[in-house]
Amino acid sequence: MIADLVVPALLETPFPEGISRYAVGGLFVGLGALVIYLGTGISAGASTFLESTLSYVSDQSRFQQYRSSRDWRIVFTLGIISGAAVYALTFQSGLVTSSLYTPGTTGTLRDIGGVTIWLTDVQPWRLFLGGILVGIGTRIGKGCTSGHGVCGVGSASKTSLVGVATFMLVAIGTAQLVMALGVNP
Amino acid sequence: MPLIYLGGLIFGFGLGFSHMAQPEVVLNFLQFEDFGLVFVMFGAAIVTGLGFAITPRVLDSAPLTGDAYSRRLKSFDRNVLIGGSIFGVGWGLSGICPGAAYASLGVGNVTILWALAGMFIGAYIQGVWRSQRADSDATVAGAD
Repeated sequence: MIADLVVPALLETPFPEGISRYAVGGLFVGLGALVIYLGTGISAGASTFLESTLSYVSDQSRFQQYRSSRDWRIVFTLGIISGAAVYALTFQSGLVTSSLYTPGTTGTLRDIGGVTIWLTDVQPWRLFLGGILVGIGTRIGKGCTSGHGVCGVGSASKTSLVGVATFMLVAIGTAQLVMALGVNP
Repeated sequence: MPLIYLGGLIFGFGLGFSHMAQPEVVLNFLQFEDFGLVFVMFGAAIVTGLGFAITPRVLDSAPLTGDAYSRRLKSFDRNVLIGGSIFGVGWGLSGICPGAAYASLGVGNVTILWALAGMFIGAYIQGVWRSQRADSDATVAGAD
């Protein structure tokens, strides 16, 4: 029955937006992680930031164990925000175009003084509740999509491969269920 | 630090360019409507995979820290499955993960602050719980 729901959409086209923006973006993501590794030997991940930053305001031992890395993790996060902002100022705003880049069709674009910002249409309760579970799960599960998915898979870590398989399958099940319940977006 | 900022910059640009900063696009993947995400994750993992494999053969230690290039292998236990499953429910519900959430803020998506607030709350809840459990375990062990 699930196959009946899924297969027609699949057969139409698995890549309605093409693959180049995904592949090129992925290469940049990998390159960013590699630059840090080359210079410092660190396999970076994005989610430890959540706990390491809490060490500034909480004395709990779980957070304090990340004291030594909390400063660079803030710099890494600021870098990620800035990099996405560079993308927003160039490709998202239409200032730069490329045959490798397909503009999006989702969410809402808004023009603020010549800069195009993008806003999600996904409902806040989904973001908030999902965020709480992501925050709990990523720390118990020892990593997220960047630590396990990009650096862990890149270093052929079996733990990370199992981690990725676990959250991928559960996420697919959850998203399909939420969609079947008629929640959109 | 400037290098970490640069790495983050490239990383964040990639997340923006690949539309992973848009929860809708991630949800479209999980709902089998657009399989582009596979190319992002494997594209990135191929770059890190090649880099992580070649670098230790070429250089003895990282130029900025003097640290040896080691693989950061995390031990496998039940927590990877439990945490991965909780993460999966959250990711499937919201379409956003930590790195993409930071990037989403960068493309102007202030609505994502809901998810970021949730992530900090979630990280705080498990941190307090696990800190206290670790403390009480230590006390019990000490009493023995």
